[in-house]
Amino acid sequence: MQDSPSIAKQLMTTAEAVQRRAEMIAGSRVKTAAGLAAQAQRREAYRNVIALELQYRLERALAAADPFDEALLRFWSNHFAVSTDKALIGWLAGPYEREALRPHLAGRFESLAWAAVTHPAMLLYLDNAQSVGPRSKAAQAHPRSGLNENLARELLELHTLGVRSGYTQADVVELAKVLTGWRLFEREGRWYAGFDATAHEPGPKTILGKTYAESGAQELEAVLADLARHPAARRFICSKLARHFLADDPPQPAVDRLVAAWGDAGDLAAVNAVLRHLLEDPERIPVKLRTPEELVIAALRAVPQLRMDARAAYRAIRQMGQIVWKPPSPAGWPDTAAEWLGPDAMWKRVEWANQWSMRVHGEIDVRALAKTLFGARLSEHTEQQIHGAESQAQALALLFVSPEFQRR
Amino acid sequence: MDRRTFLRHGLALLAAGAVSGPRFALAAGMRTAPERRFVFVILRGALDGLAAVAPIGDPAYAALRGKHDEAELRPLDDFFALHPKLEFVHGVWQARELTIVHAVATGYRDRSHFDAQQVLESGGERAFELRTGWLNRALQLDGVRAMALSTAVPLTLRGDVPVDSWAPSTLTDPDPDLLERIGRMYQEDPQLGPALVRARALHNGAGMADRETVAPQQYFLELAKAAGAFLTAPAGPRIAVMELSGWDTHTQQVARLAKQLELLDRGLAGLRDALGEAWRQTVVLVATEFGRTVRFNGSHGTDHGTATVAFVLGGAVSGGRVLTDWPGLGDSQLWQGRDLRPTIDLRAVQKGILRDHLGLTNAALDREIFPGSSRIPAVTVLSRS
Repeated sequence: MQDSPSIAKQLMTTAEAVQRRAEMIAGSRVKTAAGLAAQAQRREAYRNVIALELQYRLERALAAADPFDEALLRFWSNHFAVSTDKALIGWLAGPYEREALRPHLAGRFESLAWAAVTHPAMLLYLDNAQSVGPRSKAAQAHPRSGLNENLARELLELHTLGVRSGYTQADVVELAKVLTGWRLFEREGRWYAGFDATAHEPGPKTILGKTYAESGAQELEAVLADLARHPAARRFICSKLARHFLADDPPQPAVDRLVAAWGDAGDLAAVNAVLRHLLEDPERIPVKLRTPEELVIAALRAVPQLRMDARAAYRAIRQMGQIVWKPPSPAGWPDTAAEWLGPDAMWKRVEWANQWSMRVHGEIDVRALAKTLFGARLSEHTEQQIHGAESQAQALALLFVSPEFQRR
Repeated sequence: MDRRTFLRHGLALLAAGAVSGPRFALAAGMRTAPERRFVFVILRGALDGLAAVAPIGDPAYAALRGKHDEAELRPLDDFFALHPKLEFVHGVWQARELTIVHAVATGYRDRSHFDAQQVLESGGERAFELRTGWLNRALQLDGVRAMALSTAVPLTLRGDVPVDSWAPSTLTDPDPDLLERIGRMYQEDPQLGPALVRARALHNGAGMADRETVAPQQYFLELAKAAGAFLTAPAGPRIAVMELSGWDTHTQQVARLAKQLELLDRGLAGLRDALGEAWRQTVVLVATEFGRTVRFNGSHGTDHGTATVAFVLGGAVSGGRVLTDWPGLGDSQLWQGRDLRPTIDLRAVQKGILRDHLGLTNAALDREIFPGSSRIPAVTVLSRS
C-alpha cells in the first residue's frame, strides 16, 4: 500500500492524540476568561483534526492503486467501529485506523483484534478505560470503581463470536476481568494508553470453559488467539465479510470458501485472496448497494472533473445518511440495502446525484463513461436514459443514480 | 509565469484584465462601450419553437398543432402568435425590443442533446470540433469580463479567458423531469424502483418540510436577478450566461411547456428589473440546441427535431419583428419529413449581435469566433433595417 496523501505530515500519532485529548479535558476545568478562550481554541482544533483525518481517509481511498485495500479498511473499521458519538473520540479515530487497523489488514485476525481492542479509541468508546478489577490495587485506592462489561460484551457479540453463539453472562464478566488494566493513565504529567497493571484484576479467569492463568497483559492475547480459532467467530466474521463484499444474502459456498481460508489461524491474507477471487469472477453480477461513502468515492474516482474537496465529499456523505466515524451504535453501519434505502435516503441519493452532476468542471462524454465503467453490464434502460438526457448534467446525474453505479 | 502556466494553475477566477492576450481589432469607430451588456440564455433540452412562437398563419398548422394549442395565444402579426405564458416577452415585443428568429438552427443536423449543445456552445460546425466556447473567444475584447450564473462554467464561456461563476448556495430539488427519467431507468429494478416511488411519495407529502432549498420555480428567477446585479455592478462583468433546463418534452408537452415558459418569462422579467437603466444597453439572446418534431408523438409530447426559435431582446434591440425565411409546415416542406426545416443558421444571429452590439469585426467573427463560417454572414437582428 502506498502512502502519500498531501497532508500525511500534519497528522498526529496515537500518543500525541491521547495527550491532546487529555489537555482538552484538563483545560475544560479552567473557568477563567483565558481558560474559556483556550477552550474555544481547543474545540476548533478538535474539529480541524477530524476534518484533516477525513481528508486523509478520502485521499487514500482516491489514490489507492488497489481499491480493494481501502475497501478492506472500511470493512474492518466498521467491524471494530468506534464513534465520535462519545465525547472526544474524534482525536483518536484517525490514528486508530492508521496505527491499529491498517497494519493488520492482511495479517492474522488475532493481531488485528488485539490492535483494535487495545487502542485508546476503543478503550474509551466502549468504556474499558473506566473498568477496574474489583480486587486490583486501583480499586483499593478508589473503592467505588469496578468492572465495566461493555467492551467485553461487544468483543464477544460484535467483534468475534456473534450474538447467541453460546457464550454466557459469566463469560462476559470473566472477559471483562481479562480486559481490566487496558486503559488511559497519567504518569508525571504525560498521558499514556496501554496496560496498567494496577487496575488489572488478579487471578485466573475462565472463558468458554477454558481457564487462563493470571498473566497480566498477556491474558488478552491468549483469549483473542482462542476466539480467533473459535468456529463461531470464523463463521460469523466470514459471513459478515461475504455479506459486505458479495451480497446481502451471500451464497453459502462463498462463505464456506472463506471459512476454509480463515483456517485455524485467522489468516486474513488467505481470506482476502479468496474474496478477491470471488470479486473478480467475470460471471459475478454486482448486487451490493454502495454506502454513501462508497458512492462518493466511486464518483470522485470516475469523474475527476468534480474536483470536490474532502469537506464537500463528507458533507455529501452525511447528507445521504452516513456520518463516517459516527455510526449509530458499536455495531457500526448497516450492511444491507434495505437499511440504506429508506425513502429519505433514496431521495438524498437522487439529490446528491443532481447536485454533484451540476458541479463538473469540463466536458465529459457521459455515454462513453458509462460504457467504460459498466462494460457489458450497462443495461438497456440505463443506456437509453443517459443517451436521452437533455444535458451533460442530467446525463451524469442519471449515471450516478443508475442501478449499475449504485451497486458494486 | 507565462499566461498558459497561469491558467493551468487553476487561477481561473481572476479577472480577465489581469491577463494579457491577443485582442481582436474592433471595427473602425465601433469601440465597445463598457456599458454594453450581453446575456446568453441557454435552454437545455430542446425547446419546441412551434409551441413558443406558433405559426398560426401556416395552412398546415391547424391540422398539426391546433388541438394542442393553448387557448389564449398572443398574436404578434398576421402569421405568428406567442405562447400565452410569455407575458413579459409579449410586453417586450410591444415595446419593440424583441426580434424573434424562427426556423433557426445551428449547423448540427443530428438529434443528440449532448452533441447539439456542444455545437451551440462551441460555435463549431460539428460536435467536438472546437473545444472552447464562442463566447469565450469573443471575450478577448478589451476589458470585457463575463460571468456564468451556474456552479460550473458552461462550455460557451470556457476557453483562454478566465471567467467567474456564481450560483445560489442553497440547493435545488431534483426537477420532475429528472425524476421521471430515473423512474424509467429503475423500472425493472426491484430494489431501487420501489424505493424511489416511496421517496417521491413521502417527499411530495408533508414529511420533508423545512428543507433549505430554493424552490425550482424560483431558481431561474434568482439567477436572473443575480445576473442583473452583477451586470450593473461598477467594474463588474458585462456578459453573463444563464441556463434553464427542462425543455425535453417527450411527454405531456402542453402542461410542461406552460410551466417552463412561465419560468423563462418570469426570469427574463426579473433580469430586466434587476438591470434597471442598464436594460437600455442590454441584448439578451435566448437559444436552444434544436427543435422538436412538428407532429405530436404517442405520449402527448414531441421528439427531437431540427429548427426552432430564438429570441433576441433588450433595450438595445430595435425590434418588433419575426426574422424568418419561413419554410412551411406542409409535408413536402418538412426537414426529413418530420421537423421544421432550418432556414437561418444561428451563427448568423450570434455574429450579428457580436458585431452590432459588441463591435467585433467580420474578420474576427469569420475566423476566430466561428471558424470557417465566412459563408454564413451576420444578419442584422438589433435593428429593423
